[in-house]
Amino acid sequence: MDDAELLRRLVDGDERAFIEVVQRYHDTLVRVARYYVKSEASAEDVAQETWIAVLRGIERFEGRSSFKTWLLRIVVNRARSTGVKEHRVVPTDPLASERSVSPGRFDQGGAWIEPPVPFTEKIDDGIVSGPIVKLVRDSIARLPEPGRAVVTLRDVEGLSTAEVAELLDLTEANVRVILHRSRARIRTEVETTMQVDRS
Amino acid sequence: MRLTASRLVCQQAVELASDYLEGSLSRRDRRRLEKHLADCDACTTYFEQLRLTIAASGAVTPDELSPEVLDTLTDLFRKFHEDE
Repeated sequence: MDDAELLRRLVDGDERAFIEVVQRYHDTLVRVARYYVKSEASAEDVAQETWIAVLRGIERFEGRSSFKTWLLRIVVNRARSTGVKEHRVVPTDPLASERSVSPGRFDQGGAWIEPPVPFTEKIDDGIVSGPIVKLVRDSIARLPEPGRAVVTLRDVEGLSTAEVAELLDLTEANVRVILHRSRARIRTEVETTMQVDRS
Repeated sequence: MRLTASRLVCQQAVELASDYLEGSLSRRDRRRLEKHLADCDACTTYFEQLRLTIAASGAVTPDELSPEVLDTLTDLFRKFHEDE
């Protein structure tokens, strides 16, 4: 069922539609909220408040933006004001000075000494195998903020870079840098796990 | 002939990877990068791996919600409709 159909049923007060929307988005709401607030518990509270706001506001939702964008705006606004109340300082990018690949893997001229070994898994008609998806999911969960929020919105939820920038109040250039470092970190973690598995 | 300074080395190429895949490189950088990739299997592998991890992120599905969270949210939904 797509979001539009779920939405129609949600407006009608269909409990199963609500559960389905919650299953689909609750995790993402908690993750995005976590960028602004001090703890997992606080992020969970913000996500729950968001669902109440959704139930209250659903009839007024005009469909000018997608449901997903509307939902994410609500959670960001709530998380931001909760974060302010908690005196939480939104973290700056701790990966900012990290290289995509450890400098030790290149010679002085910048050529690979220890080149990447191709993953055994390949993208098959755009479908990625389960084990890699699981590795990547765990790796995203371990990313430091703001990388985790940015990758969740851009690569998991498929928002555009511009939408992520607007939502998180970052510049697009900033989002691109954060994405770059975070994706490189994820690749390295997958590579490391695969090497361990191979040996 | 181009100056050697304009030739990319592998260590520079990997730093352009994400912007390249986002389509946000300048034309000049894109051309330099594509030239490098055409001759470099190791960097081509690197780019392939990055593409794969991005595709894998897109295939991530949400974790099953814990029964506690599900109960809390179901209660919340029922209370909301009782109060209406």
